[in-house]
Amino acid sequence: MSLVEIHGISKSYGSVQVLKDVSLDIARGEVVAVIGRSGSGKSTMLRCINGLEPIQAGSIRVDGVKVNDPATNLRKLRQEVGIVFQSFNLFPHLSVCDNITLAPRVVKKQPPAAAREVAREVLRRVGLEDKLDAFPAQLSGGQQQRVAIARSLAMRPKVMLFDEVTSALDPELTGEVLKVLESVAQEGMTMILVTHEMGFARRFGSRVVFMHEGRVHEEGQAAAVLAAPKTPELQTFLSAVLH
Amino acid sequence: MIRTFSYIDVMYLVAAARWTLALTVTAFAGSAVLGLALALARIAPVAPLRWITAAYIHVVQGTPLLVWLFLIFFGLPLTGISVNPWIAAAVAFSIYGSAFLGEIWRGALISIARTQWEAGASLGLSLYEQLRHVIVPQSIRVAIPPTVGFLVQLIKNTSLAATIGFVELTREGQLTAAGTYKPFAVYITVAAIYFAMCFPLTQWSRSLERKLDVAR
Repeated sequence: MSLVEIHGISKSYGSVQVLKDVSLDIARGEVVAVIGRSGSGKSTMLRCINGLEPIQAGSIRVDGVKVNDPATNLRKLRQEVGIVFQSFNLFPHLSVCDNITLAPRVVKKQPPAAAREVAREVLRRVGLEDKLDAFPAQLSGGQQQRVAIARSLAMRPKVMLFDEVTSALDPELTGEVLKVLESVAQEGMTMILVTHEMGFARRFGSRVVFMHEGRVHEEGQAAAVLAAPKTPELQTFLSAVLH
Repeated sequence: MIRTFSYIDVMYLVAAARWTLALTVTAFAGSAVLGLALALARIAPVAPLRWITAAYIHVVQGTPLLVWLFLIFFGLPLTGISVNPWIAAAVAFSIYGSAFLGEIWRGALISIARTQWEAGASLGLSLYEQLRHVIVPQSIRVAIPPTVGFLVQLIKNTSLAATIGFVELTREGQLTAAGTYKPFAVYITVAAIYFAMCFPLTQWSRSLERKLDVAR
């Protein structure tokens, strides 16, 4: 059984349909790169997976639990679906440690000392153990994004969503974030990344999904799709981003 | 009989200022409790709740405080509920203050980026937990300077309670002026006492504004 099953979802903002009958299955341990022009619906699809955006038709299941069902406990679901945003969205009034431990303490009722240990451990994984007591404003963009990844890891999610996590960073800072993403991928995490980093998609993506005008236009094994795109739209898109 | 305006009268005025403060504190507490409920209802994901509270705020902000005082003090007894000046003033000022504090605090809450709510929700925090741990702590820094500013307005506006016979600083001033025929000296003293209460608050508000701005 797939970990994430997206089946025929559609979504509109008013009269603008942003997702048109999108279906996608993601197996446990897969690293799926979702690429496409801005406005193609890729970020919206990602945000539908943890219920941040409601859908109007179709269904989404994560580990068998239906996301778009009023009876579903979204709080519980979101503990298992981590998301990292383009603009980090750290809590500016909390230290790095409190950013990471807030949800474990409040939602999972972990004792503060245990939560702090978890914070230490996830910070080690993103290479920022020494920033435990720093505040977000004291960190560079790349460091803030790594803390955001650590914050998500601390909830021990089954799947992690990454919404253009390097797009807001200066070019020299994207490398450190990509390295963290690589190590998370190598640890076997199921990941869905909306990204413009084709190099990362090629090396670590088990699959590439190209979205175009609200549909999955082309998909397949990452290296193969990127090396030999079948549809003219993907060919155009790739030649545009690679040059 | 006409007396002179003496030291003892000044002491009476200072003593009456305690009632100004008592009314301010009571009205602020009432305004805060009601205002917090209004601010939360104004951003609640339940549309009718937002409409009702918006209507309340528009009505209160669009009517004079003095009319509320008269309505409660002179109007309520006609319906069989008798109120003394103290209760009438406390209720009227709480209604008036809640509309203003509610708007100040709503503004502070919505000044926090939507993405902060989303980040909280994505970590599995409930709506209440998002407010409690993410939104409110950040909006307090935004809310403190205008809240102190409102408090200063409230201190001065409590003088309107004199019109329904509540003996606070201004009413005591009226009585003293009537007895001594020294209105100029009396009201200068009254103004000085108001100033002594308001000025430190204004200064505090200014310094808070500077401090919170720098920390941002």
